[in-house]
Amino acid sequence: MSVQLSIRNLTKRYKTGEGVTGISLDVKKGELVTLLGPSGCGKTTVLRSIGGFLEPDSGEIMIASKSVVKLPPEKRPTSMVFQGYNLWPHMSIYDNLAFGLKIRKTPKAEIKKAVEDALRLVRLPGVEKKFPSQLSGGQQQRIAVARSLLLKPEVLLLDEPFSALDAKLRHEMREELREIQTETGLTMVFVTHDQEEALSLSDRIIVMNQGNIEQIAAPQDIYDSPDTLFVAQFIGKMNFVEGVVEEDKLRVGGLVFPNTKRLAGSIVVAVRPEDVMIGPDSGEKDGLYGTIKQVMVLGHYAEVSVELDGYGPIRAFQPRDTVKELSLGQRVTVAFAKVIAYPNK
Amino acid sequence: MSWYFRAIGFRKIFEFLLLVAFVVFFVGPLLNLAVLAFSSKWNYPDLLPRQWSLQWWHFVLQEDDIAKSIGLSFLIAALVTVLSIVICIPAAYAFARIRFPLSRFFLFSFLLTHAFPKMGLYVSIAVLFYKLGLMNTLLGVVLVHMINVLMFMTWIPTAAFRNVHTAQEESARDVGATPFRVFRSITLPMAMPGILVASIFTFLNSLDEAQGTFLVGIPDFKTMPIVMYSIIADFPSSAGAVFSIILTAPTIILLLAAQRLVSADIMASGFQVK
Repeated sequence: MSVQLSIRNLTKRYKTGEGVTGISLDVKKGELVTLLGPSGCGKTTVLRSIGGFLEPDSGEIMIASKSVVKLPPEKRPTSMVFQGYNLWPHMSIYDNLAFGLKIRKTPKAEIKKAVEDALRLVRLPGVEKKFPSQLSGGQQQRIAVARSLLLKPEVLLLDEPFSALDAKLRHEMREELREIQTETGLTMVFVTHDQEEALSLSDRIIVMNQGNIEQIAAPQDIYDSPDTLFVAQFIGKMNFVEGVVEEDKLRVGGLVFPNTKRLAGSIVVAVRPEDVMIGPDSGEKDGLYGTIKQVMVLGHYAEVSVELDGYGPIRAFQPRDTVKELSLGQRVTVAFAKVIAYPNK
Repeated sequence: MSWYFRAIGFRKIFEFLLLVAFVVFFVGPLLNLAVLAFSSKWNYPDLLPRQWSLQWWHFVLQEDDIAKSIGLSFLIAALVTVLSIVICIPAAYAFARIRFPLSRFFLFSFLLTHAFPKMGLYVSIAVLFYKLGLMNTLLGVVLVHMINVLMFMTWIPTAAFRNVHTAQEESARDVGATPFRVFRSITLPMAMPGILVASIFTFLNSLDEAQGTFLVGIPDFKTMPIVMYSIIADFPSSAGAVFSIILTAPTIILLLAAQRLVSADIMASGFQVK
């Protein structure tokens, strides 16, 4: 597929020192890409630069092979959904939706049809005559999405559009957005600090930290093989245990793993809680030993905290049945099914 | 009887007394004024006038001077309102949207004209106007009136513009509106209630202004409040009552018309220094 949005060496620094440096990324046509990162990482800066609300210090932004860097927001083929305050309270929903088309001097009958279609797409048919204050927060955001959709933008930009909504609604909106995306084939760039949202929604995730891109990959790959220690810490739950490289093998206590990344010296090993295995203390010298500190049943699985001898605390997800045999203070042996190693700073 | 008061509770009784006091102090004089305006003979011990009549209404409305002053007052008030909108609304927008050094200081400086004794201020203005040849001119009177309303006209619309969220302006840019179109179709209509309230206050304030007009506008620019002084001095109090009602009527009519807009919130937000 062709590249719809291309950013080359985008740099924007604020006086405070925050901002982004040397951002380059490509978004294919019809792709939904998420910019994910903690607050202040620069994800919104990138999005606002694409939308034209920020002037980058340097760099190039191309949409459908045309440079848009010099264009004001109203001339760009993008449309943006903001976190809140999207709608104009003094206009009816119809006028809110029609505003952009009226500026484009679209014939009335066409506007009417476009508004109807857009409202049907966001599952709110028949609210044309209402005013924004008569709709709930979730409905208002849907109208905002509808307004962007009916302008048929080359790239749809979404700036944490669901973050002000409650968890259940956020979930629904996510699914709906995904459906709309499949239906319309729109290219979307989505900004969020919510990793669950990013993992469930995106074709690809761009993890950002302190103004730089840490990793660009599909959600599964981001979760399974985070490139950097930051991504490992940021995405999902993760345990970190210190280890060393000896004779080209990773060594954590009595456990040994192959050194695939060719690291040397002191290392940090990252283990997902679901990859931690707990067994009875066998009394053997090798292996990793610890004491059970806490067992919490969280629905269909349980979280077990173990204090490792000399390696600190570690969390493990266990099936609910197996934790019945575990008791507080019990000595156990711990093994890892899968690890990812990083050099220790 | 005492059980009844106890059942109501001290708080309720206190609130009731407060309300009565308010009504007596606020509505009492107005009522008195209304009765006075329609009386021809009303002496002290009588509760109501001995003779009702419209004679002072005839007198006031037939006097050429008075009819002229009413026209002049409304002309000046309209001019003051329009001019201060033209000057203050862009300033208010700048205060709300543009960050510039000392903006808070400048916004606060509008309070200065209200911080000094008015008469002192007017005298020094009069000295200045004399040199500029603005004494006894329409422009001079209008300028003096505007000094009083600059604060309302800047503070309240500033707050109104601040209440328009940047995302609302940006999303209008986003769907294709030029900055001017955004201001016309989004920002201005959303800030309109605040601007209207400020304008109404400006209009009423100008209708009511006497001191400055007296100093700068005499002898040719006799507005309603100025004529009021001479009527009170020269004629029985009934004539003054009739004139007060004429002077109060626009206030009441305008406030009733704007009732929907004049909320305590809009006023209060204008006086928050952010």
